[in-house]
Amino acid sequence: MIRIEARPQPSAVMAYATPVLAVVLTMIFGGALFAVLGKDPFEAIATIFWEPIFGEFAFFYRPQLLIKGAPLVLIAIGLALGFRAGIWNIGAEGQYIVGAICGAGAGLAFYPTESVLIFPLMVLAGALGGWAWAMIPGVLKVKFGTNEILVSLMLVYVAEQLLASMSLGLLKNPEGFGFPGSRNLQQYPSAHNAEIIAGTGMHWGVVAALIAVIFAYVLLTRHRLGFAIRVTGEAPRAAKFGGVNPGRLVLFCLGMSGLLAGLAGMFEVAGPAGQISIDFNVGYGFTAIIVAFLGRLNPLGIVAAGLLMALTYIGGDIAQSQLGLPAAAIQVFQGMLLFFLLALDVLTNYRVRFGAAEVA
Amino acid sequence: MDLSAINPILLIAAMIAAATPILLAAIGELVVERAGVLNLGVEGMMITGAVCGFIIAVNTGSPTVGFIAAAVGGAVLSLLFAFLTQVALANQVASGLALTLFGLGLSSLMGQSYVGIKPPRAEATPLGPLAEIPIIGPILFGHDLMVYLGLGIVAATWAVLKFTRMGLVLRAVGENHDAAHALGYKVKRIRTLAILFGGACAGLGGAYISLIRVPQWTEGMTAGVGWIALALVVFASWKPWRVLLGAYLFGGITQLQLNLQGAGVAIPVEYLAMSPYIVTIIVLVILSADKSRAPGSLGRTFHASG
Amino acid sequence: MSPLLSLTGLTKAYPGVVANDDVSLSIAPGEIHALLGENGAGKSTLVKMIYGLVKPDAGQMQMHGTEFAPGDPRAARAAGVGMVFQHFSLFDALTVAENIALGMETPPPMRALAARIREVSETYGLPLSPDRVVGDLSAGERQRVEIIRCLLQDPKLLIMDEPTSVLTPQEVDILFETLRKLSAEGTAILYISHKLEEIRALCDAATILRGGKVVGDCVPRDTSAREMAEMMVGSTLATPKAAAHDAGDVLLSVTGLSVGSPSAFGMSLKDISFEVRAGEVLGIGGVAGNGQDELLAVLSGELPCRGGMVRFKDRDLCKDGPEARRGLGVLSAPEERLGHAAAPNMSLTENAMLTGAAREGLAQRGMLNWAKTRAFAERIIAGFDVRTPGPENAARSLSGGNLQKFVIGREVLQKPEVLVVNQPTWGVDAAAAAAIRQALLDLAAGGSAVLAISQDLDELMEISDRFAALNEGRLSDPRPTAGLDVEQIGLMLGGAHGMEVAHV
Repeated sequence: MIRIEARPQPSAVMAYATPVLAVVLTMIFGGALFAVLGKDPFEAIATIFWEPIFGEFAFFYRPQLLIKGAPLVLIAIGLALGFRAGIWNIGAEGQYIVGAICGAGAGLAFYPTESVLIFPLMVLAGALGGWAWAMIPGVLKVKFGTNEILVSLMLVYVAEQLLASMSLGLLKNPEGFGFPGSRNLQQYPSAHNAEIIAGTGMHWGVVAALIAVIFAYVLLTRHRLGFAIRVTGEAPRAAKFGGVNPGRLVLFCLGMSGLLAGLAGMFEVAGPAGQISIDFNVGYGFTAIIVAFLGRLNPLGIVAAGLLMALTYIGGDIAQSQLGLPAAAIQVFQGMLLFFLLALDVLTNYRVRFGAAEVA
Repeated sequence: MDLSAINPILLIAAMIAAATPILLAAIGELVVERAGVLNLGVEGMMITGAVCGFIIAVNTGSPTVGFIAAAVGGAVLSLLFAFLTQVALANQVASGLALTLFGLGLSSLMGQSYVGIKPPRAEATPLGPLAEIPIIGPILFGHDLMVYLGLGIVAATWAVLKFTRMGLVLRAVGENHDAAHALGYKVKRIRTLAILFGGACAGLGGAYISLIRVPQWTEGMTAGVGWIALALVVFASWKPWRVLLGAYLFGGITQLQLNLQGAGVAIPVEYLAMSPYIVTIIVLVILSADKSRAPGSLGRTFHASG
Repeated sequence: MSPLLSLTGLTKAYPGVVANDDVSLSIAPGEIHALLGENGAGKSTLVKMIYGLVKPDAGQMQMHGTEFAPGDPRAARAAGVGMVFQHFSLFDALTVAENIALGMETPPPMRALAARIREVSETYGLPLSPDRVVGDLSAGERQRVEIIRCLLQDPKLLIMDEPTSVLTPQEVDILFETLRKLSAEGTAILYISHKLEEIRALCDAATILRGGKVVGDCVPRDTSAREMAEMMVGSTLATPKAAAHDAGDVLLSVTGLSVGSPSAFGMSLKDISFEVRAGEVLGIGGVAGNGQDELLAVLSGELPCRGGMVRFKDRDLCKDGPEARRGLGVLSAPEERLGHAAAPNMSLTENAMLTGAAREGLAQRGMLNWAKTRAFAERIIAGFDVRTPGPENAARSLSGGNLQKFVIGREVLQKPEVLVVNQPTWGVDAAAAAAIRQALLDLAAGGSAVLAISQDLDELMEISDRFAALNEGRLSDPRPTAGLDVEQIGLMLGGAHGMEVAHV
C-alpha cells in the first residue's frame, strides 16, 4: 500500500533533488527507448551528453551550447516569471517569431545603409514586437477575462502564417532568385549579431540572457514586484489582500515574457539563423517551457536547465548523423524529461509512505 | 478568382466533415472538464490518435480497426496525464502541456516510416435511398460512419450527464470534489475514467484527420485542432449541444477558408489560413464574460486529507 | 436498554499527533448524546471513524451488539448512520433534489424523490423546495438539505457536527424541535458542539473529550455550564477585560454602501451605513453568507466601491487599494487564514511582508529588506505567543489557532487606526481565542477603532461596545451591547429568513 501525505512544509532537499532524479530517470527510460529503436542505449546517451562537451569535435560543439542555450534561457526566464504567478503564456513561440520578424524588418528597412544605430534599433524592434504580441492575450485577459493559455497558443499559429507571408512577400529577398526567405543578415554588417569573441558562440543574445537571469533573480528575491509574483502564484486571494493588482501583474508578466521571447527571436534571426524563412522557428518557444520547469522556475536553475536542453539538441544532432537516431526521438526524450519532473515534484510537497497503512 | 467553383451543397457537407475531429475532441474534453479536470493535452492525444490509427489502419487494411487503435492510443496517452494529476498530484496546466509536447514528439517518431503512404479508404455509410435525396441527401446522409458516431457521442454525453446517476456523480465530482469525497464517491477513480474517455475521443478525432480528412500522415498534422477543441468547450459553456454548434461553426470556417484558397480569392493564402485561429480568439473574447457555468472544482488538485 | 452503538478503545494517530486515544462511549436508541470538546480535542476524528471516512488504528465499534467497521461512508449509511456536516458537503450548482440523490444509495426517480422531499420536510417542520439551486439557499436552508438527505435514509443514528454555528437563535429552536421529534421516534443523535447552554437544553448525556481522550461523562441537565467548561478546557480561563475608555472621533464611516458580490453565489451588500469611533469596538453579527466576506473585502480595499461610500476620517477611501489603506492606517484580517490572510506555502517572514511592507518600512523604493521583515515576524511570534520553531516555517505548518494569532498579531503590531477583523477566533482553541479578544480590546483602549465581524454572538457580546447584525446583505442599526438580550439579537439577525416554526 502506498500513501501520499502532505508535508507540513515543502522539502528543501527534494526541491534540489527532483530535477537531478528526473534527468537520471529520463536517461534510463530514454536509453530504453533508443534500445527499442535498435540503437545501443549507452552509446546513444554518451553521444548526446558526452560528445558535445568532451568529444573529438568539442571545439566545434561547445560554442553551440551557448548559441542554442541563449534563446532557451532568455525565453524560459520570461515564462518562469509568469508561471510563478499562475499566468500561463504558452505562446512564446509566436512571440519569438514576431520578435524576429520585427527585428529583421527594422534592419532590412535600412539596407544597405551602414550605421552603429541599426543593431540597437533592431533589438528594440524585436523586443517591442514580442511584447506587443504577448500583450494581445494580456489585454484580453485583463479586459475580458479571456483564457491566456488558449489565446497565446492560437497566436502561435497566426504568427507562423505571418512568418510564411513575410518570407514570401514583404521581407522576401529581391535578389533571392524567387526563393522564399529574406536577405541574409549575416552579410549585412550593421545588422549582424556576430560573435563578440570569435569561436566562443558568445553573441549579444547570450549577453542579453545573462542580464535577464540577473534581473529575474534580483526581481524575485529582492523586489516587491517579484514578491507580488510569488504570492500571486501561491495564493491569489492572499496576494490581492496584500495589495497586488492582478491585472497589472498579468500585463507585466505577459509583457515581460513576450519581450524576452521577442529578443530571443531577434538575436536568432540576426545571428545564427541569418534570415527570415518559412521554417525559421524550430520550437524554442515550446522547449523553453520544459526549460522553465526543469529549472524549477528559478533563474539560476533555468541557466542549468537551458544548457542541458541545449546539450540534448546538439547531442541529438550528433546522434542523428552518427547513429541515425531520428530527430523525433530527441523530442520524445525532452518530453519524457518534463513528465518525470512533474511526477517527481510530488516528493517536494508530499511524503510517500509505503507499508501497512490501514489497520482494520 | 472564381467563386462559382464553390458548390454550396458540397461545401456544407464538407463543413460537417471538417467539424467532426473538433467535435470528437471537444466532447471528450467536455466530459473531462465536467469532472473537474483541465486537460490541456488534447492536441497531444489527438496527434497520437492520428498516428496510431494511421499505422494500424495501414497494417490491417481496415479503417475501423484503425479508429479503435486511435481511441486506445489516445486513452493510453491520457493515462499518463491521469497518473501525473491524480496520483502524483502535479499541476494540471503543466501536465497537459507536457502531454502535448510529448505526444507531438512520440507521434512523429512513430509515424516516420508512414509519411507519404495512402491509408485504406473509409466507405460512406450505406444509407441507401436517403443519400439520393436531392440537396439534403448529400449534406446529411453521404458521410462516413465516424460523422454519425460523433453525433451519437454528443447525444449520449448529453443524456448521460442529464439523466443518469453516473452523470450526476460526475458533475458532483467536478463541482465540489471535497463534498463528493465526503459522501464516499471515489473522486480520483471517476476523474481517471473521465480522462480516459477524453483521451479516447481525442484519439478518434485525430484519426479522423489522418484517415479521412487529409488522408495521409504528416508530422504535426493536427495543427492546433486540439487547442481549438479546448476553446470550444469554453465557448459551449460546458454544454454538449453547444459543442456541436461550435464545432460546426469552426468546421465551417476551416472549410470555407480552404475553399476560398482553392477558388483563388485575392486574400493571400496565409491570411486565410490564420482565420480559424483568429475567429477562435474572437469567440473566446465574446464568451469569456460569462464564467459562471464552469465546474466549481475545475483545474484544482484533489488530495484527501485525514 | 441495550446500546445502539458502542465504541471501545478507539485509537487513531496521525504523524505527530494522537487524535483519539482509547475513546469509549455508548449511545442508546433515541438518545441525544453530546460530544463536547474544544477544537482539536478529537471530535471530528471520532465521528469520521463512525462514518467510515477514517479507519481507526485500534479499538472496536459495535452496532446493535454486532461488529461495525464501515470501510467507507456508503457502508456506514447502509448500517443506518447519517451525518450532517458542518462544511463541504453540498454542491452549489446542483438542485436540492440532485444534492439529496447524491447522498442516497438507491435514489428513486427524480420525480418520486421530489415528492418524498416535500413529504419529509413537512413532517419535520423543515420547509424546502426540491427544485431550487443550492447555491441560492441561506445557511439555515442549506443545513435543512443535509438533514433531509439523512432523514430520507431512515437513519438509526444521526451525527450532527456543530449544527447551530450557522443558525440564528430562532432557527436553532426549530432545529431542536426537529431533533426532539426524531429522538421521540427512536433515532439516536450524536450531537457535536462546544456551546454548553445548547447542550444543556437538548442532550440526555454528554461525553467530554480533551486532547483526544475521554475526560468525563455527565448528564448535561444536572451539570452546570461552568463545570462542563472546566472539564472541556482543563483549567480556568481568564475572561478578557475591557479597560474603561471614552469613544472618540469617528475614524471609519460607511454611508449607503451597495456593492454586488464578485462570486456567483455570494451576497451583495445593500445600503449599509455605520460608523466606528476611536476607542470603540463595533461588533457585526450574522449567520455566515449574509455578506460578511463582501463587507470585509470592501473595507480592506479588495472589492472596489463607488466614491464616498467608505471614508477614513475625512478621506474617501474608495480609490485606495489595500496597500494605500494600510499606509493610512486602515488594516484588516479576513476570515480565511490559509490562502487569504496568509499564503500557506510561504514562510512566516514572507507572510509578515504580505501586509507589513508599508507600515513597518520593510521595503525601500521597491527593494525588500528581509532582515527587517524577519525581525518583524519574530516580534509577532514573541508578542502573540505563536507556537512555531521559527519565522522560516511555512504558514501551513502552524495549527489554526497559532496561525490566527500570527495573522491578528501582524495587524495589531502595525498599530492600526482602524482594524477590521472577520471571524477573529474561528476554529481557535479557547486560550488563543481569549488572547486574541484581549488584543482587540487593548487596541481599542489605545484609541483605535475596531470593527469585529463574527458569527459567535457570545464573543461579540464580550468585546463590543455596540452591536449590529448583517442579514441578506443589509445591516441593522447598531445598538449598545449593554442591555441586549438573546431575543432582541435574534430579531436583529433577521428572524430566520422568513421561516416560521411549522405547525405539525
